[in-house]
Amino acid sequence: MSQSNIMPGFRPAISFTLVYLALIVLIPLSAMLLKTFQLSLDEYWAILTNQRVQASFRLSFGASLIAAAIAAVFGFIIAWSLVRYSFPGKRLFDALIDLPFALPTAVAGIVLAAIYEPHGWIGKLVMDGTGIQIAYKPLGIVFALIFIGLPFVVRTIEPVLQEFDTAMEEAAASLGATRLQAFVKVILPNILPATITGFALAFARGVGEYGSVIFIAGNMPYISEIVPLLIITKLEQYDYAGATAIGLTMLILSFLLLLLINGLQWWVRRRSGQL
Amino acid sequence: MKFTQALKHLFFTLTLLLSGTALADRTLLNVSYDPTRELYQDFNKEFIKYWKDKAGEDVNVQQSHGGGGKQTRAVIDGLEADVVTLALSYDIDQIAEKARLLPKDWQSRLPNNSLPYTSTIVFLVRKGNPKGIKNWADLVKDGVSVITPNPKTSGGARYNYLAAWAFAEKSYGSKDAAKDFVQKLYKNVPVLDSGARGSTTTFIQRGIGDVLLAWENEAFLAINELGEGKFDIVVPPVSIKAETPVAVLDKIVKKNGTQDLAEAYLQYLYSPVGQKLAAKHFYRPYQPEHASPEDLKRFPKLELFTVNEKFGGWPQAQKEHFDDGGTFDQVYAP
Repeated sequence: MSQSNIMPGFRPAISFTLVYLALIVLIPLSAMLLKTFQLSLDEYWAILTNQRVQASFRLSFGASLIAAAIAAVFGFIIAWSLVRYSFPGKRLFDALIDLPFALPTAVAGIVLAAIYEPHGWIGKLVMDGTGIQIAYKPLGIVFALIFIGLPFVVRTIEPVLQEFDTAMEEAAASLGATRLQAFVKVILPNILPATITGFALAFARGVGEYGSVIFIAGNMPYISEIVPLLIITKLEQYDYAGATAIGLTMLILSFLLLLLINGLQWWVRRRSGQL
Repeated sequence: MKFTQALKHLFFTLTLLLSGTALADRTLLNVSYDPTRELYQDFNKEFIKYWKDKAGEDVNVQQSHGGGGKQTRAVIDGLEADVVTLALSYDIDQIAEKARLLPKDWQSRLPNNSLPYTSTIVFLVRKGNPKGIKNWADLVKDGVSVITPNPKTSGGARYNYLAAWAFAEKSYGSKDAAKDFVQKLYKNVPVLDSGARGSTTTFIQRGIGDVLLAWENEAFLAINELGEGKFDIVVPPVSIKAETPVAVLDKIVKKNGTQDLAEAYLQYLYSPVGQKLAAKHFYRPYQPEHASPEDLKRFPKLELFTVNEKFGGWPQAQKEHFDDGGTFDQVYAP
């Protein structure tokens, strides 16, 4: 096996991978599983069917999906602009995209809350203009998650767009395709898998996000309480088993959704002939 | 949270190791809750001087602050605090019960039930008190927006909740009436932050709400440092006595060899210097005669009741009001 490989170091590489996965991923996750097993099935079920817990699950997953979808659309447009057009300050703008990665999420949350709250710059404009309140409502959570999710989408689409040969578009045009046809039939199928990856990353990050959301959410039970907050609340009451039960459920749901998204991606790739 | 604390601890130890001269110094870690930060910054300086004079030894005192619940959990999970100075005795009870770092009768080991200072809950309102808020009953009026954190995650918020409950039970005569009252009160709460500092920010920086239910010392801090001339403190005629106890964690100090130091540290809180500093930082001292009269003048007289008197102690209050399915959960049940 190792002889047939061109690159040396199969054995150390694979051992390193396994040890790393075990230490960083599998062992902590199994500890969580064990903690949950302190509960009987009935207790676990009682926690999951609790209305407040269910409301927070609906909110966390719903807001994350919406935010990831919006981030996917706008992230695509931004990535397109950054790759295809040149404009003054482009490099600076490009660097700015990564800021949400680097910023401590709590700082992001405080800033977002300050801007979108009913007396804040944007919050006041929107409030006066439309009567819609952003901060301290579920809408505020979506805004925070778009902010957090956007760089994931931009950074996954960008390299693919850079690789994408403009000759293909030119070929499409010379063969008589309209601009719309060229976009839908040539560009989109090539970009879609990367966009879906970006969407999945933004979504996964959104579901678990705590710091940036907590300041803008309002945290009202049944209305604007996200799952991570409920976990913290359980921990504050020394209910470790209850907290891990919610955490585990969240993990399973996220895993299933990500699996679904990966499946979708595979299907898209296959259809567009990339596999 | 635990991880960042561990990291801080590690960082501190590393700097200690690198600085060489400090290598031999003993270090005390005081794990406390949020609003005591300024008090202990001052107090630690005084204590280090005092210990140098008394024992001729250079020592370090490290302080760690955060939401009381989080700090307690960090200690239970292994943060090696030599002493804890927390917001409620219930938190230290939990350390005794779950981590067994100190005996269950810890509270009787120091004078005044291990309370070198106490505090209370007051109202912080916008300048001139436009909504005319004078007492707890005013908080449930239509159009009054109240800021208070989530009692499930904040010790201060538990005092707020219990104070409102006890007021209503006394004024309206029954537990059902008290439940209605807190329900109405929380209908007026637009944002539920997870900690007291978060609520203070919401009220002061975000400009949300007409009244903030706040620790007395936090309210003074807000007035003096965050927005002078923009807020007034309203002291209700009756409120809750916030008993903020201190304790040495026996198992940790034995392991660290810091028992004498830790005990002297807490004793020093009861000394004239410690009492004076507590009053200076807006805590009500156990022995006011040691505090300076100007500081004492800032504390208005009001009728104070304790959790023990009205609720039969923290374990019972916790179970009845804040555990899952307790009265606070019922407030929000649809």
